[in-house]
Amino acid sequence: MYIIVVGAGKVGWNLARELLEKDHEVTLIEADRRRYLTVEQELEHNVSYGDASELWVLERAGIQRADMVIAVTGDDEDNMLICQVAREKYLVEQIIARVNNPRNRQHFDLLGIKPSVSATDLILRLLEHEVPEYGLVHLLDLQEEQLEIIEMLLGENSRVTGRRVGDLRMPEGSLLISVLRSGKGFVPTADTVLEQGDEILAVLDPGKEDELKTLFGPEGNGGGG
Amino acid sequence: MFILIVGCGRVGSSVARGMLREGHEVSCLDEDPESHARLEVGLERSWEDLGGQFTVGAGLESEALVAAGIEKADVFIASTDGDNTNIVISQIAQRRYQVPTVIARVLDPLRAEWYQRQGLHTVCPTRVAIDMLEGAVREAGSRAGGPDETAEVA
Repeated sequence: MYIIVVGAGKVGWNLARELLEKDHEVTLIEADRRRYLTVEQELEHNVSYGDASELWVLERAGIQRADMVIAVTGDDEDNMLICQVAREKYLVEQIIARVNNPRNRQHFDLLGIKPSVSATDLILRLLEHEVPEYGLVHLLDLQEEQLEIIEMLLGENSRVTGRRVGDLRMPEGSLLISVLRSGKGFVPTADTVLEQGDEILAVLDPGKEDELKTLFGPEGNGGGG
Repeated sequence: MFILIVGCGRVGSSVARGMLREGHEVSCLDEDPESHARLEVGLERSWEDLGGQFTVGAGLESEALVAAGIEKADVFIASTDGDNTNIVISQIAQRRYQVPTVIARVLDPLRAEWYQRQGLHTVCPTRVAIDMLEGAVREAGSRAGGPDETAEVA
């Protein structure tokens, strides 16, 4: 594959090196002259100097025949527009953009820049998995399908322990899909009675998490947070 | 009309004053609190006294855009000193807030032209300068008796 990587910071440089080792053809574009000269000592002709926001710089790097463009500069606007132009003007099939500030992710989504990768988000995800808040863990986001799957541990104060699944008023747009109890998983029926220590898996529409937290969370707690 | 101008440099502040003078509601958003002073150049009263609005914040921050009034804007002008910022926030104004008229200042002629074709109204000062310079040279050439017939074409 021919892959253009924009931004020769730590991420871009290491990425370019890995891709070259996997026998891909790679051009790494860097706008800072000094950084370019440093990286060029190792990667030689695979590095190109210039501001990839400018179309002629992308064209000089051969974007017309690129199979993939990966924008990993430290600037979110640059990453968004490089990917937008790559896909919409040069019809590059595959783009990947780095999100530096997670608050900008909404803008990447708005411009249809997918997938976008944010190191902060990834670490937060891991953190959530390790230290689940209210025992609710995001397992999977199906962005295209607009669904999420979450896991939740029923603590000692959970308001649903001892209750039948059939009696739960599950929020609209959510479904209980399985229960893990003492290391074994099963699909609950309406007659399943939930116990403390159960881990439940639910599939839900995005934005339903808070309602679910309220339903399964500890008694006397609004859920929030 | 309610006009929101993001980027209050020489261009943005001049347009802001001009539009306020013409009786429009004008709101400016800039990251730099100091840019407020530029708005008041040549004004006898303060920007706010004259009915202007000024918000400190970045054009990429939704809260700042909302505080500056993007939801009721009839016209959105992106005139920061960064092409990329202007192109991104203009698209946000168009797509997320459905502002009816969105204009972006883009210095890079190639991208100004391409985004214009994608439906973004771009104004390219560089293109204007190129055209004016070429025009001035042509005019000088015609006064001197037209193109030099003996010159070889490269």
